[in-house]
Formats: sequence, structure tokens, C-alpha cells
Amino acid sequence: MAPITSSLFAISVFAPLGGFLIAGLLGRVLGDNFAKFIAILGMLIAVVFSWCVLGNMLHSGISSTIVPLFDWIHAGSFNVSWYLRMDMLSVSMLTMVTSVSLLVHIYSIGYMSHETMPTYRFFAYLSLFTFSMLMLITSDNLIELFFGWEAVGLSSYLLIGYWYTRPSAVAAAIKAFVVNRIADLFFLIGICVLFILSGSVFYDDIFHKIPELANTQYHLFSYGFQAYEFIALLLFIGAMGKSAQLFLHVWLPDAMEGPTPVSALIHAATMVTAGIFLMARMSPLVEFAPHVKMFIVIMGATTAFFAGTVALAQPDIKKSIAYSTCSQLGYMFVAVGVGAYQVAMFHLTTHAFFKALLFLGAGSVIHALHDEQNMFKMGGLSKKLPATCLLMWIGCLALGGIFPFAGYWSKDAILEAAWMSGSTVGYYAWIMTAITAFLTAFYSWRILFLVFHGKPRDQKIYDHAHESSFVMTLPMCVLATGATIGGFTLAPYYIGKYQLAFWNDSIFNAPTNHIMTLMHHAPYLIAKAPLALGILGIIVAFICYIAAPRIPVIMASGLKGIYQFLLNAWYFDKLYDFIFVRPYIALSKILWKVGDQEIVEGMPVAVARITDRSAKGISWIQNGSFAFYAFTMAIGLVVVLATFLIYH
Amino acid sequence: MNWTLAIPEIALSISGLIILLWGAIQKKGNAFFPCAILSIAAFVAVGFLTLTVSNGVGYNGLFINDEFSRYMKILIIIAGFLSIILSIDFNGKNDTNCFEYIALIVFSTVGAMVMVSSNDLMTLYMGLELSSLALYILCAIDRKNVFSAESGVKYFVLGSVASGILLYGISMIYGFSGGMGYSTIHQIIASNHALSAGFAVGLVFVLVGLCFKISAVPFHMWTPDVYQGAPTPVTTFLSTAPKFAAFALFLRLMIGPFGHLSPQWQLLIEVIAILSIIIGSVGAIAQTNIKRMMAYSSISHMGFALVGLAAATPDGVMGTLIYLTTYLFMNVGTFAVIAAMSRKGHVVENINDLAGLGKTDPGIATAMAIFMFSMAGVPPLAGFFGKFLVFKAALGADLYSLTIIGLLASAVGAFFYLRIVKIMFFDKAVEALDQRSLSLSFVTFSMGTLTLVFMLFLSPMIQMGQIAAQSLFH
Repeated sequence: MAPITSSLFAISVFAPLGGFLIAGLLGRVLGDNFAKFIAILGMLIAVVFSWCVLGNMLHSGISSTIVPLFDWIHAGSFNVSWYLRMDMLSVSMLTMVTSVSLLVHIYSIGYMSHETMPTYRFFAYLSLFTFSMLMLITSDNLIELFFGWEAVGLSSYLLIGYWYTRPSAVAAAIKAFVVNRIADLFFLIGICVLFILSGSVFYDDIFHKIPELANTQYHLFSYGFQAYEFIALLLFIGAMGKSAQLFLHVWLPDAMEGPTPVSALIHAATMVTAGIFLMARMSPLVEFAPHVKMFIVIMGATTAFFAGTVALAQPDIKKSIAYSTCSQLGYMFVAVGVGAYQVAMFHLTTHAFFKALLFLGAGSVIHALHDEQNMFKMGGLSKKLPATCLLMWIGCLALGGIFPFAGYWSKDAILEAAWMSGSTVGYYAWIMTAITAFLTAFYSWRILFLVFHGKPRDQKIYDHAHESSFVMTLPMCVLATGATIGGFTLAPYYIGKYQLAFWNDSIFNAPTNHIMTLMHHAPYLIAKAPLALGILGIIVAFICYIAAPRIPVIMASGLKGIYQFLLNAWYFDKLYDFIFVRPYIALSKILWKVGDQEIVEGMPVAVARITDRSAKGISWIQNGSFAFYAFTMAIGLVVVLATFLIYH
Repeated sequence: MNWTLAIPEIALSISGLIILLWGAIQKKGNAFFPCAILSIAAFVAVGFLTLTVSNGVGYNGLFINDEFSRYMKILIIIAGFLSIILSIDFNGKNDTNCFEYIALIVFSTVGAMVMVSSNDLMTLYMGLELSSLALYILCAIDRKNVFSAESGVKYFVLGSVASGILLYGISMIYGFSGGMGYSTIHQIIASNHALSAGFAVGLVFVLVGLCFKISAVPFHMWTPDVYQGAPTPVTTFLSTAPKFAAFALFLRLMIGPFGHLSPQWQLLIEVIAILSIIIGSVGAIAQTNIKRMMAYSSISHMGFALVGLAAATPDGVMGTLIYLTTYLFMNVGTFAVIAAMSRKGHVVENINDLAGLGKTDPGIATAMAIFMFSMAGVPPLAGFFGKFLVFKAALGADLYSLTIIGLLASAVGAFFYLRIVKIMFFDKAVEALDQRSLSLSFVTFSMGTLTLVFMLFLSPMIQMGQIAAQSLFH
């Protein structure tokens, strides 16, 4: 059973690569439609095989298996090979990623139908991204993981800048790439330090050595700290970049410049969760870094709150959902930080369903309105787009954490885990995430009410709106099903009574870490508070945007400072522009104008000028006069003689 | 007394006399060619004699034959030989085809050979004057050309000044050491650790006199004017044979009698070498006349060759010898190309007259490009190895600043060498040059080939150079 399963596993990983190569390299020759067909076929193979693998894993309980492919680097003690790691962590991610990716591929046929240029390039990039993501999650060592990590960054860059004639898209692509690079530098250093410490980059080798190396200390300014704290911090900074946590989140809203299916696949369901996955994968190490875990909780909770507040004020439908993603990622990090990696993975999975659904729904609206994204120009679209409206409602119910939709189960679990961790940061996280639960419901229904209900704000746009085609609504229906039933069907496996058998040791909880059992014993009020806050958020949103639409207007003008603060996302872009971008540009200008143009270029020019002048001078001295020549000789004689006598 | 030591010099002198006699009894204008052939035969014969003559000191210690003198003499004979070949066709065009020309080159070569073999300050002076007096006349031999006459007079006047300085230095050395022979001086210096001021002055004066001969800065002022004015084959001779002879003296004096003083004179040689390299390289850039440019080029080449002497080690001397050898090949080759530069029977000497030579005469242009690359020190051509060996020796003697400055200046030098290549191959062709004569083609291509394949003979050349250099260090 195991060999077949691992073959299916490997094929599932590499089928998207085949799709990318054929569609991308031969797209022009094969024709646009055929290239799309190949890309989708590759994804279909991947999905079918990944579900087979999942089925086999659940059925036969195969534990972690290494699937060797071929050797890569052998340099001294540094060895890296292309091995795939098949355990429940990677297989569950594999299934989720391939499925969402397939749905987005199909959806894109409809969404990209307005394009005048051939779109095989778009499908090739989507397949490349999927392969990169699969490489990331199925890696067996940190170098392979880093390869996937960088490759998803690359495909994200390519897809954000897909409409490369738009300056804003190009700028956003560069911003995403640069911010990720900064975080990746820390990640890479973390890998290096870990290699120096443990002598290997393979997970198994590292994890085996962890207990014995746990007491290794580094010293800085006579202050000793644990080596694992340092490494975990570096890895977490890498994860913060990919998963858009506070301070490194600035690229995610801008990334919405890409086509909406990209936002759904990469910037909601899969790539941005790579940080969570990394923490879960490195759980044996993170468990030994209690201070970093506390830091993760604080960062996650703060990000959740921050992004939730910013989402309240955004007029752009996609940016609003993008900040929501950022906020939800914060929830997941809270779970990671309190040691409940399984809960984080659970929320990751349910979030993938409903957030992809929301983005595809938003895409459907944008597609229907011919690229209009401003919610204040929409309204009353439920009559024109009934199917999209219904599906968006399901998405919002799941996001808002309303029983029995998927978000309810996973979000509740995170809040319970935060509370039951019993630490100060845990309580802080609970308070922040509970407030965010209210905010989440509020901004979700703000979107729904602004877009689908009330009166049309722009009659012209309203009149031209049309329901999306079947090829777009079908994937959304599948996702909506997941968003509806995903919670209670998966909960027993991910965090419930079957969790031990399900995860099968692919996630590590320290012997002292009992959060996975403790969290089910949260006090009743604590457990039900998020749901109550979510319903309250819906009611407030109803009052503000349907019953008394003047309230938000009054508040926006009355509390102008706060409104602007939220609208500009706490002024992070301005702040970074001031702290980093402008000094950097100024420095670059100095290096360019002074360093390059004046010094580097000036030096040879000056040398040439001096040489030229001295050449002319020498010619000028050569005036043809005997007397002068003889005189020069005499002077030379005196100088040489003087030099000799003085020196001697 | 072993008179046979000087057989090559004696044989060449007799040939010179025969040429004079033969020329005098011929009808005017007909004598040049047979005299030239006779001299070529004499050079070849003397070359063989030089190789076979035994080592030793003769004529009461005035004359010495060793591996070093043999090496230098062969270079000088080759230089004389090639200059005669160059002049066969060239002089017909310029009305300088008189047989005295041949005799003067022969006598000047004899003088140079005597300089190389000198073992006494008196022999040194005698050889130097014999060589120089013949050269003064040679420079002015194109009497109808004002430039040639000017060149001859200038060289004569300034040469006399230098001669005077040299002679004054010799007398000081004699006065303060009591000896004229090299071995005597050597012993006196070895026994007296303190150097008297008068002796030091004498040493510097001799050094300056020799610097004039090799046109080292700041005693180089005559070079561009004389090179430009003299007929091209004379310039070829002037830039090779007397320079080798003067260098031979330089090396023999500095390493031999003054060898113990090397820490004192090293600085002087370093300064002179650096100045020569820089002034030579920079000065050449502004020149439009190719012979003036070559004058500056030879100044810088002498500077590079002095780097080997500055090291004052057997490796350094060997480097200098190899450098001079490669210099002979590429320099004579270049002057052969310059000699071939004429248009409608008139000599042209501007650098821009070479424009488009790559199209109109690719063969000679390729040869010229080889010489230019070689002079710039581009591997794997001959010039590279000369530079490499002297700088290696300088590094071996811890002369870092000299090495660095020398290498930087050689980059400046590359500019004007490569400019010639650029003009020949990339500039628009002007009118084609006249058909080149067979003898010039012979010199050009044989020198081009030697420059190109020098690396194949590098190891035997280095071996010979080492033996020659070793004979100076007893």
C-alpha cells in the first residue's frame, strides 16, 4: 500500500509542474484553449491523486514516510536531496491546496474571458504557483522548503504583476517581492544557524537532536539566551513576511492588484498560510522556544485586531477582504503561539474554503460590474446577482463565525485555546481576538449590505450588471459546501477525538503542553462569547448600513482623525515611506550622483584628463632648443646627485 | 696576452675598412648595394665568431669576454644586421644610398661591441665615443633634409655634453679610487666600507652619462627630435644597438665594480626607471608623428628594462636581458613598418597615415598589431614576458612601489599602442600606401613571427639569460 501511495503522492506534486511546462512553454504553439485544458488537466490529476493519498493515509494509518526522488547537493558535510515527506501535515495541506487550486483554475476560465490577450500565461503561472506551494509543503528538508518558499514568492510576483502594463500592478509586485525578501533573509539565516547547530537540514535529523541541544546558549552582550529561541525567532520573522503579519503585512493589500482568482488562491487560501505551515512543521523546535511562542501570540493577536479595524474603513471590496485575510492569519498565529498547532491548521483549512469563496464572490461581482471595485458605487445587487449573493452570504457566515458554518468551529477553538493557555499573553490574545470577532462580523456584513442590499448607488453600473457564468459559480458552490460543512466534519479529525490518530505524530506537542485537551474545557461564557459578539457585529452592521445609513457618514466626518487613520491602514505605508523608502532613495541618489557619477566615473575621467594634460605638457617642454635640453640635463644631474648624496 | 679575445671586433673593423676602400673605388651611386651585401656577410660572420670566441680577460685587463658580453653582442649584431637590411630599399628613395652609410653602421657596431666588452673605464669611453661619433654622422646623413641635419647636430651637441659628464665622472672615480680597471675599483670598494663623496660624485656622473645613452628621463630630451629627424633605418639602429651597449655597460658597472654599493644606487635607478616609464608612456599620447611616438615608447621601454637593474639580483639582470631581446624584435619590426610608410614615393610619418591599413594591406597591419600588442605587454606575445620577468624580479627584491607604479603606467602606455591598432583597423581607409619592398616585408614578418612565437623559446631564452646574468655575479 505504502509504495503506491507514495507514487501517487509524488505524481500529485509534479502534475502541476507538467501543466506549467506544457502550457507555459508551448502555449503559443498549442493554442490558448488547449494550453488551459492541459493546465487544468494537470491540476485535476493532482486533486484526484491527492484525495486518493488522503484516503489511503486515513484508511491504513501510514505514518510519516520519506519519498526519495534524487540527490541534489553534496558539499562536505552539507547534504541536500530531493525527498518528499508524506505525513498527515503535508497530505492535508496537499489536498487542500490542489483542490482550491483546481477550483480557481476552473473559475479563471470565466473570469479571464474578458481578456483580449491569450491567457495561457496566466494558467501556466497558476500551475507554477501550485507546484511551488506543493514543493514547500511536501519538502523533507529546510533547503527544499526554502526552494518552494522562494518559488511561491516568485509566482506570486509574476501573478500580482500579471497585468504588467499597469504601473500600480508592477509596483505592487515589486513591493510584495521586496518585503518577502527582507523576511526571507531572516529565514535563511535561521536555516544556516540551525545547520551550524545541528549539522543537518533534514527535519528528522534536526528533530532528533533537539532535546540534546536544547540547552545550547548564545551569548550577546554577556546576556545568554537559548539557541532555539534565536532560531525560532528567525524562522518566525520569515513566516511573518509570507503570512503578512504586522510590520511585514504591507505587501498584502497592494497584492490585490493581481487578477482576483490570484487573490483567492495565493493571497487568501494557500501561500499566505505558508508561515503557519512552517511553524506547524517546525513545531518540535518551536515548542522549545517559550519566549518566541509568547511573541508569536502577541504578534498574532495584534495583527488580528489591527487588520480587523482597517477592514472597517476600506471602500475597495478586495482590500477589505485582504485585510480580513491578514486578520484571520493573526488568529492562526495565536493558535500557534499557545501551542495548539492543530487548531491553527484547522482554521487554516476552513479559512481556505471560506476566504477563497469570498474572493471568488468578490471577483464575480467585479466581473459583473466590469472592473468596478468601489463598494460605495454598488448596492442592491442581490436582484441582479442572486447566486453570487447567496454564496457570499455563506462565505460571510463562515467568516463571521456563525454556527454551524466552518469558521465557527475553528475560530471558537482558537479563542478557547488562547483563554485556556492561562498566561497573560493568552488573556491578551483572547481579548483582542474576541474584539476582532465583533469587527469581523461587522465588516463582513458591511460588505454584504453595501454590495447586495439597499438601493443601487450608481444606476448605470447597476443596469449593466449580469450574473456570472456557470463556470464561475460552480467552483464557488463547491467552496460554499466546504465553508458550510467543513467545520463540523473536520473538527473531530483536526482537533477532536480522532486527532491523535489523524495527525499521527506529524505535529509535535511538548509533554508539558496539554492545550489540546484543556481547550475543550473552556468556561461556558468564554466559549460562547465569540458567537455572541459575531451576532452583535451583524446587528450593528445592519443598523449602520441598512436601517440608518447616516450613522457611518456622521461618524466618518465626526471622527475624521480615526477614520483617516483606519482608511490609511494606521499609516504604515506612510511610516515606512518615511523611515525606509525615502532615506533609501536618498542614499541611493547619493551613491548614484556622488558615488557612481562623480567618483567611480569621475576617477577614470580625471585620470584621463591628467594624462592628456601631462602629455601636452611634455610635448610643450620639448621645444627643440639645445640650450633648454642641455639645461634640463644639468638640472637632472644636480637632482640625481643631490638625491644620491642625501640618501647615501 | 690573449689578443684573440677581440677577434670579432677586429674582424668587423677590417670589414668596415674594406667597405670604405671598396666603396671609394666604385663609381658614385653604384657602391651602396654591394657594400650592403658585404656588410651583411660581415655581420653574419662576426656573429659566428662571437659565438665561438673564448672567455677571458685580455689586453692588460682592458677587455673582457664572458657569457654576458656574448649575449649582448649577439643582440647588437642582430640590430646592425637588421638595420642594414632595412636600409637597402629605404635609402634609395631618400638619396642617402652612399656607401659611407654602411661603413658608419659597421663602425658604430664595433664601438658598441667594444663597450660591451670593456673591462676598464678607458675602454668604455673609447667604445662609446667610436659608437657615438659614427651615429652623429648617421643621423645627419640625409643632408638635404633639414630635419636630418638638425637631428645630427642636436645629437652631437647634447651627446658631447653627456660625454663630457661621463668623462668627468671617470676622472673623479680615478682620482678617488686610484684605478680605472673594473676589478681594481671593485677591490677598492670592497675594502673601503665608507664611500668618499668625490667617488660618489664620480659614480653619479658616470651613471648620468650612461643614462643619456639609453635616453632615460631626465636625460631623454634629445630622443624625440633625433628619432624624428634621422632616416628611419638609422632610427632603428639608434634605438637598438647603442642602447644595448649602454645597457651592457650599465649592468656591468653597477653589478660589477659598484655592486657593493647597490643599496645606495638602487634608489636612483628606481627613480629614473619610474620617471622614464611615466614620461615615456604619457608623452607618447600627445604625439602625431609615429617616429616621435616610438621615441617616447623607447624611453618607457628603457624604464621597464631598468626595473630589472633596480632589483640588482641575477633574476633582475636576466629579466633585463630578456626584456631587451623582446624589445629588439618588436622595435625593429615596428620600424620596418614605419620604413614601409610612403605614398607616391614620399615618406609619410603621421600616425593617421596608417588609417585603414587593415583593409589596404592586411598583412603588414596584422604584423604592426602584433608589435603594438606586444609592446603594450599583452600575453602571450613577447613583450609580456619581458615585463613579467622584470616585475617578478622587482617583487623578489621587495620593490613594491616601483612595481605598482610601473604596472599602472604600462596601462597608460597601452592606450597609445592600442590607438594605432584602432586607427589601422577601425578608421576609414585613406589612400593606400605604396607597394612595400621585399626586404622590408622580410624584416616585418620575421620579427612579427618571432614576437608571436617567442613563448615557445621562452625556457631556453631564460636559461641563456640566467647564464649571462650569472657571469656578472661572481
